[in-house]
Amino acid sequence: MTGTSAILPERGLADRLSTLFWRRPKLLLLLLISPPLLWLGIVYLGSLAALLLQSFYSIDEFSGVVKEEFTLKTYGELFRAANMDIIIRTLVMSATVTITSAFVAFPIAYYAARYARGRWKAVFYLGIMLPLWSSYLVKVYAWKLILAKEGIITWAAEGIGAGFLLDAVLSLPWVGGNSLSTSFIGTWLVFVYVWMPFMILPMQASLERVPLSMLEASADLGASRRQTFRTVVLPLAMPGVIAGSIFTFSLTMGDYIIPQIVGTSARFIGQAVYQFQGTAGNIPLAAAFAMVPILIMLVYLALAKRGGAFDAL
Amino acid sequence: MTAAVSFHRVSRHFGSVRAVDQVNLTIEEGSFFAMLGPSGSGKTTCLRLISGFESPTSGEIRIFGQDVSHVPPNRRSVNTVFQDYALFPHMNVRDNVAYGPMVAGVGKAQRHAKAEEMLALVKLDGFGDRKPGQLSGGQRQRVALARALVNEPRVLLLDEPLGALDLKLREAMQDELKALQQRLGITFVFVTHDQGEALSMADHLAVFNEGKIAQIGTPAEIYDKPRTRFVADFVGSSNVLPPEVSERLGGGKRWSSLRPEALRLVAPEGAQLSGTVTGLRYLGAGTRVAVDVAGTEIAALAPSGADIPAAGAAVGLAFDAGALHLMEEA
Repeated sequence: MTGTSAILPERGLADRLSTLFWRRPKLLLLLLISPPLLWLGIVYLGSLAALLLQSFYSIDEFSGVVKEEFTLKTYGELFRAANMDIIIRTLVMSATVTITSAFVAFPIAYYAARYARGRWKAVFYLGIMLPLWSSYLVKVYAWKLILAKEGIITWAAEGIGAGFLLDAVLSLPWVGGNSLSTSFIGTWLVFVYVWMPFMILPMQASLERVPLSMLEASADLGASRRQTFRTVVLPLAMPGVIAGSIFTFSLTMGDYIIPQIVGTSARFIGQAVYQFQGTAGNIPLAAAFAMVPILIMLVYLALAKRGGAFDAL
Repeated sequence: MTAAVSFHRVSRHFGSVRAVDQVNLTIEEGSFFAMLGPSGSGKTTCLRLISGFESPTSGEIRIFGQDVSHVPPNRRSVNTVFQDYALFPHMNVRDNVAYGPMVAGVGKAQRHAKAEEMLALVKLDGFGDRKPGQLSGGQRQRVALARALVNEPRVLLLDEPLGALDLKLREAMQDELKALQQRLGITFVFVTHDQGEALSMADHLAVFNEGKIAQIGTPAEIYDKPRTRFVADFVGSSNVLPPEVSERLGGGKRWSSLRPEALRLVAPEGAQLSGTVTGLRYLGAGTRVAVDVAGTEIAALAPSGADIPAAGAAVGLAFDAGALHLMEEA
């Protein structure tokens, strides 16, 4: 290569652009992140701000017109017994769904992270993701049929002579009902099913990052399997558990379709928001209701952080 | 001397791979024992058999005379320094070191005092509040050492403990580990693929090849009297001479080894060996001169200050009669 220049010739626009980005790396970064930032900043945070603003307005009880004046009156309405019931019901349901999902998801995630290899790993991902491919509504209606009085669960329970067990469960106060599909137990089962992938995947990701040598070190130092689980596996998996629980908790708190289709006539926050902003035309109260899950999530994250859930990040 | 660890015809197979194949081994109490070999030679599997992370396919492993072949790791009085240190990232250094006593149910004040004592032993006093992520590689290695020593194991296992450190630090740690072992008087078993490290630190070593022990002995025995071509070649890049050449040089008709440092460069006329220089490698303390002797490459180490021939020059090689070591292979 004698006689050639030390600098290779530029080959058109692509080379000129890449030279520009090489000289000013921040320009490329800016170009890459500004569309998502605009999206998040304006569309998302903007609507959140609008929501927050609306929640400080109130509705004129006679005319039904929104009064655009700052007041805490709408928030005060949340504390009325009927509204508190909705909030507490949603909170308890979300917590129960989250805890159940965590318990069911952990062994699955642990197996996938620790033992599944090659083909089995693919089967795992397929199995977890497959339910997400079908329509949410189809799944919920399918569950309604499964849980209905004439459904397969009742049929199977009676078939094996366990009908009395099902009746006993359904006769429980609060959570029971006429059939599984018209009880809180049914709502809970469907929530757990529908949100399960959102719990398994982050858990699996965090468990995957725990090296085997760390579990071996724990055993080497004399820890039993139980101690290793409590002092090493669980703390290291905690960021994943928290991430998963944020999904299941917030998705349950915001959902208004599942309790509409499966469950009792008692309302959840999502349904209340839907009704207040729609038929009732009470946008301020709908906004105030919508702020509740956001506030609860903030409190939840603060507690998780204080509890050391993110120490391993 | 009691045997700290002994293997009796121990095998560990993974499917059709014989990672460890009918190994017999005795490690004496209080010794600094090295397991040396290339990767995949079975040395790490042997270490894991002692710690209990692997179970033998057949054979028997004893620790201080007791059969531990089917005892889980948490019930063996041995501890391990892991290659990647395996420090718990969510605990500070003190809690990492105090982990052993913690799972044994020792109270907080007592186990923390014990941890501080161990940290002082590895010269990390005052680092207790830091997280492993805030430490350098060398410091992390010391924490791993302190954590493994806190349970007062009767045997300490070290899996390539210095592999991730840079040269300077590695040499300092070699001296320190050796001094620590002599002070504590417990048995150290360490795995390495670095022959220099094994020779300088161990008082006994086993050279592994393909799941078997190729040779076991003191560093001087291994270095001066390799039993096989593999050992001669792996430990200290010796010249391995085929039977015909050995015979011509006055040995028997067997494979032999000749250390580069035992060879002197002389005039080609009347020398024991003569040939042409094919390559030079400057090593600082000397120069490695590769000489082609009738098709066999023989390396000689010329001390610094000696006249170094140019590539292509005709040279002779001389050595003392005792330098030629005949091996067992014919």
